[in-house]
Amino acid sequence: MEQYSITPLIILLPLAAFLLLGLFGNRFKPLTAGIIATLEMTATTVIAYFTAFSYFTSDRLPDGTFATFTPFDYVWLPLGEKLTFNMGILLDPISVMMLIVITTVSLMVHIYSLGYMKGEKGFQRYFAFLSLFTMSMLGLVVATNIFQMYLFWELVGVSSYLLIGFYYTKPSAIAASKKAFIVTRFADLGFLIGILVYGYYVGSYSFEYSAHLKAIATAGTMIPLALGLMIIGGAGKSAMFPFHLWLPDAMEGPTPVSALIHAATMVVAGVYLIARLFPLFVGFAPDVLHLAGYVGAFTALFAAVIACVQTDIKRVLAFSTISQIGFMIVALGVSTSADPHHGGLGYMASMFHLFTHAMFKALLFLGAGAVIHAVHSNEMKDMGGLWKYMPLTHITFLVACLAIAGIPPFSGFFSKDEILAATFMFSPTMGYLMTFIAGLTAFYMFRLYYNIFWAKPYEVKSGHGGHAHKPHEAPAVMTFPLLFLAAVTCVAGFIPFGNFVSSNGEAYHIHIDKQVAVTSVVVALVGIGIATLMYRGASRKVADGLERGFGFLYRAAVHRFYIDEIYQFVTHKIIFALISKPIAWFDRHVVDAFFDRLAWLAHVTATKIKGLQGGNVQSYAVVFLWGILAIMVALLFITFGVFWLM
Amino acid sequence: MNFLSIFVLIPSLMLLGLWAARNIKQIRAVMVTGASMLMIAAVALAYLYVRARAAGDTSQMLFTSSVEWYKPLNICYAVGVDGISVVMLLLSAVIVFTGVFASWKMKLQTKEFFLWFSLLSMGVLGFFISIDLFTMFMFYEIALIPMYLLIGIWGTGRKEYSAMKLTLMLMGASAFLLMGILGIFFGAGGTTMNILEIAKLHIPIDLQRIFFPITFLGFGVLGALFPFHTWSPDGHASAPTAVSMLHAGVLMKLGGYGCFRVAMYLMPEAATELSWIFLILTGISVVYGAFSACVQTDLKYINAYSSVSHCGLVLFAILMMTHTASTGAVLQMLSHGLITALFFALIGMIYGRTHTRDVRELRGLMKVMPFLSVGYVVAGFANLGLPGFSGFVAEMKIFVGSFENAETFNRVWTIIATTSIVITAVYILRLVGRIIYGEVENKKYLSLTDATWDERLCVIVLVAAVAGLGCFPLWFSNIIDESTLPVITQLMNH
Repeated sequence: MEQYSITPLIILLPLAAFLLLGLFGNRFKPLTAGIIATLEMTATTVIAYFTAFSYFTSDRLPDGTFATFTPFDYVWLPLGEKLTFNMGILLDPISVMMLIVITTVSLMVHIYSLGYMKGEKGFQRYFAFLSLFTMSMLGLVVATNIFQMYLFWELVGVSSYLLIGFYYTKPSAIAASKKAFIVTRFADLGFLIGILVYGYYVGSYSFEYSAHLKAIATAGTMIPLALGLMIIGGAGKSAMFPFHLWLPDAMEGPTPVSALIHAATMVVAGVYLIARLFPLFVGFAPDVLHLAGYVGAFTALFAAVIACVQTDIKRVLAFSTISQIGFMIVALGVSTSADPHHGGLGYMASMFHLFTHAMFKALLFLGAGAVIHAVHSNEMKDMGGLWKYMPLTHITFLVACLAIAGIPPFSGFFSKDEILAATFMFSPTMGYLMTFIAGLTAFYMFRLYYNIFWAKPYEVKSGHGGHAHKPHEAPAVMTFPLLFLAAVTCVAGFIPFGNFVSSNGEAYHIHIDKQVAVTSVVVALVGIGIATLMYRGASRKVADGLERGFGFLYRAAVHRFYIDEIYQFVTHKIIFALISKPIAWFDRHVVDAFFDRLAWLAHVTATKIKGLQGGNVQSYAVVFLWGILAIMVALLFITFGVFWLM
Repeated sequence: MNFLSIFVLIPSLMLLGLWAARNIKQIRAVMVTGASMLMIAAVALAYLYVRARAAGDTSQMLFTSSVEWYKPLNICYAVGVDGISVVMLLLSAVIVFTGVFASWKMKLQTKEFFLWFSLLSMGVLGFFISIDLFTMFMFYEIALIPMYLLIGIWGTGRKEYSAMKLTLMLMGASAFLLMGILGIFFGAGGTTMNILEIAKLHIPIDLQRIFFPITFLGFGVLGALFPFHTWSPDGHASAPTAVSMLHAGVLMKLGGYGCFRVAMYLMPEAATELSWIFLILTGISVVYGAFSACVQTDLKYINAYSSVSHCGLVLFAILMMTHTASTGAVLQMLSHGLITALFFALIGMIYGRTHTRDVRELRGLMKVMPFLSVGYVVAGFANLGLPGFSGFVAEMKIFVGSFENAETFNRVWTIIATTSIVITAVYILRLVGRIIYGEVENKKYLSLTDATWDERLCVIVLVAAVAGLGCFPLWFSNIIDESTLPVITQLMNH
């Protein structure tokens, strides 16, 4: 345990960097601020690697699993008699694996950003937000309880908001950041209610389920309900249908941010959440888990189809991310037990794919960033033929494309193969569907690849001052992360991942299912082949023909199946026009008007009767006389009227 | 005389000092000294309170004392504090302190302004130390009257109308309150006005049924209970900055405090029986206020409706009648007090520069006044319940606590109330995206300057308080927890 006494620094260092740069950032020169943040990140990474190393090299327990450590766990806020909101650090195989993923990608992004963001206004602010994000994401994965996870969940949401809206004078960036926050916040409402239900019936938020199995068993249907609600939150962050719509817009943020947050780390929080609650899912709510799997499969297909027709390279990558997260969710969703040999393979596959995907997708985004940096555009039409000008970017991008397409020996092949094997075990239909989507993935990734690097020779435009603007290779601070991540992508597949992470914690020996592997590679090669035919050369005859042939489908896909329009409709036409406006009107013209009327009534009455006390003796005398008269009449009437009536 | 009376004494000395002050420098000196002394007194009190508790003092109220005032009606000047009052006094001291700096540049009749301001502070501080119904009511009235003048004279916009509206509605409420207090007094046998002693007596249930709604309503109006909240948007919109801060930050809390300490505590049976009516009203407040805020165009109206929503949550949590929720309610009072004061302070500072509060005209403030804009974004995040700020702590405590109440009716309302966290995000981000971000459209704004030192001090103190409460809630939560327990026990025993 004592080797973990420095583990809290993993969270505290980025927090310190955030506070330092956030409060006093402007006192530093931009580069100094960037270097401070990068050095801090390097230190964090070293500590994380050290923690991981000592964790995975420690002796296994007698039952073959790694021990779970909670070196720190403090009561942060008591919530009732039994419930407490704790803050702490939980080390188990998946949280340690996530520490590696997050710190690696974050460090690469920090280094890359030193070059990419050079000269941008708000350089200090950018690094402050990056540190905030890293801190929150690390806090999320080491959470000891579901409430701590929710807390950091919200914090990653806000760092994402701040970074998407980094270019805060750009209307599209403002809108995108707002959309991202509100859509995920809406999903988080489900998460929160799920936590409330879970806490009430189980009496603890802790991830140490074993102590509460009795309460969980007696809670009955409340556990599936709570887990189902929590998954909604997960679907929001992981951009599952129908919450996916914030992610493509989130590409308005700086590209390294997209690589870190919207490809490698934050968007897989939903997957991590399900993995974290996996024992509960397979034990008490398998139906909810399978439902999540179907949603994941649908999202994977849906996003892959859209990715085939987008022309903005970052959006292609965004939809590809959505699709790949769908794969991870499917892998978890098809699990039927905690035994990796019988139906629990998906858990390991999902985590493995999360790991490899984080590396190669970050690589793709950083590569795309280098391209955008060189040609100053996100659109495919402004690219083409770049292989000549940017050799390093080209090679590393190709490596990542091969990995995501599932070509051996790159990392994506191994993890995707496990996912496909798991789905085939669950149901062959699902297996073939996922294989088809894998083929689609290969197709759209190579469509992207060819459109950027081949297709047509690059047209060198004459820039300002008459000199021709030629795209050139990115500086070393930017190519180093590319090379590093490409190297990881080449070797990550050979990591005996199952030794470290598996559904029941025991070492699981990964073996390639030959039939599945051959099928998927063939399908991927077909996808690549079609893409080569259609987009390798400058001629776009086949592509144009297909676009015309499937005009309706093509347009629908380009418009992302009009889900964004539905979102616009709901927010503007329903929330604003149909709910808020009438309520505000009601408030002014009914509730408030009522009280104004009341005051007016008092005023009018007062005006009418104020003459009675005018101070005029004559009028007093008149009233007095009339009063006497009236009383006399009344008295007479009472005394004699009674007799008359008789 | 008990040392708690220092909270009434300091504002009185400030009044004297202001009366003697000859120029603006002296006025400022008096105000800063007085406000700092209040801060020191509040912190010292908190320290003494915690020490006494740690030493094992388990009586419900500490430092109690009672001086007979008017024998025939058994009216006493009785004071005492528990954890709730201690944190409310801390809140009031912070708001008064920052309020002084927020009105640093007050030019018009400075002396009179601060005189009324100090009187207002005396009212709210006196209210929180009182444990005698009559004293409490008296301080409540002391706090109410200066409001009329402060808004009517130093306000903006339709100030006379708003001042009149606010005063009339709150006076109407205090008429109810007086009725309620007398009902409680005579219902409990007419022997004492001391809350602690009444709590030991039993008010007949028939009387409780009449006087609980009356008392709750009397305090509820001040806590912006739907549909009696309409004084709040107009009143806040017209009030000068420091008054908005003190009013939304502290005075509205008198409502929640009173509902809890007087209405619920002294009439527990009727509270259990009739809480559902008010639960519906407060539940509506929470959602209704948030939706109304979505379409407002005046910065202060947005904040006022947001206050309706968040103060609604205070009353909502109290009515859930669980220990956790009531502690959450007190935390929410603290949190909302600080956040809303921060908001009003910033709006005042922005208005002082741009001379408009219309969100359609403001744009790109980040470029011209970065400090104030960052402050505004932070206030916005705190308001939408971001972890790390006080709002998150209070809301989580309220929601978890409300969920403890297992009645289906309460559950449904709890879930309805939780939706407010999404709606709050909608209007806050709309606002931030609109006025803070973007390019500067009005070229006149380009020459505007950022915050001056007094404004910075005001913002920094409030942000530090909001973040401090949000990051380290344990201490506050614990001292409030032990003080809400007697009330909850009282409610559970009936």
